[in-house]
Amino acid sequence: MSDAGMITVNGRARPLEAPTSLLRLLEQLALDPRAVVVELNREIVRRPQLADTRVQPGDQLELVHFVGGG
Amino acid sequence: MATSAATELDTPLTIAGRTFRSRLMVGTGKYRSNSLMGAALDASGAEIVTVAVRRVDLDRSKEEGILYHLDTAKYFLLANTAGCYSAEDAIRYARLAREAGFNEFIKLEVIGDQPTLLPDTEGLLQAAKALVAEGFAVMAYTNDDLVTALRLEDLGCAAVMPLASPIGSGLGLVNPYTVRTIKQRLACPVIVDAGVGTASDACITMEQGVDGILMNTALAEARDPVRMATAMRLAVEAGREAFLAGRMPRREIAVPSSPTTGLLD
Repeated sequence: MSDAGMITVNGRARPLEAPTSLLRLLEQLALDPRAVVVELNREIVRRPQLADTRVQPGDQLELVHFVGGG
Repeated sequence: MATSAATELDTPLTIAGRTFRSRLMVGTGKYRSNSLMGAALDASGAEIVTVAVRRVDLDRSKEEGILYHLDTAKYFLLANTAGCYSAEDAIRYARLAREAGFNEFIKLEVIGDQPTLLPDTEGLLQAAKALVAEGFAVMAYTNDDLVTALRLEDLGCAAVMPLASPIGSGLGLVNPYTVRTIKQRLACPVIVDAGVGTASDACITMEQGVDGILMNTALAEARDPVRMATAMRLAVEAGREAFLAGRMPRREIAVPSSPTTGLLD
């Protein structure tokens, strides 16, 4: 399987080095979980669930926040 | 004739049960620096400020997020669905915005044409219906079409936001008649969104009786955004006061202001 051990974060492929939670992944990316909203395979994962949600090979993640806009 | 020295106070702006002090709402995009944006927002007197939802840039520091540069105790964040070209995308962005945890308001944009950024009214109505059902307070950016505005109100939108002219164009209020008609026919707040370029545009827009104005580029692209923010604050207040005062009738003949009697032979 070519995508074994890979995840996609904000459109970019990234190796999944070890089994981890969404909260741990945010920490690895140096992101404050209070300032980011996480979408996992098109479903929003609410903040209290981040620690208990596992990241699996092949997962598609979107990490969004607020930026300046009209 | 009875005279009254005291002028009646204006009723405050209330949207979806929340009352706001200022009728001027401002965007946070395109400023040359975050400190300039902060100073302009402050000078504008705005309470509602808009923000957009975008991917975190994983190559850059987290400081790019607008929340690092906005006092969220001072401003009411109004997230938008800018950049969405379908009802499905707009609904997705609105849900993400709500999850950020500030409020249930969404400035709904569904764009139908890239060069003009004019709304896709079919997608807009579809998204508005879905989001109202999910409990959002939907403020719907739309064109200056009365029938679409009426339908948005019927769907339960918290406010209808007709454009003055296309987003970022600075062309001002191109059709006062249509905006005035929308305001006269709708019971929900009507906030003009997009197209205002300078203070006179804001004043003329408010003179149509609308409840408020949302602008971004007019401030961000002014040579001096802080000064323009001050001008816009005053213009919105002046236009509102002029509307409440009720203008004199237009006449196509002159009427003297000084007595026509007592003139010398």
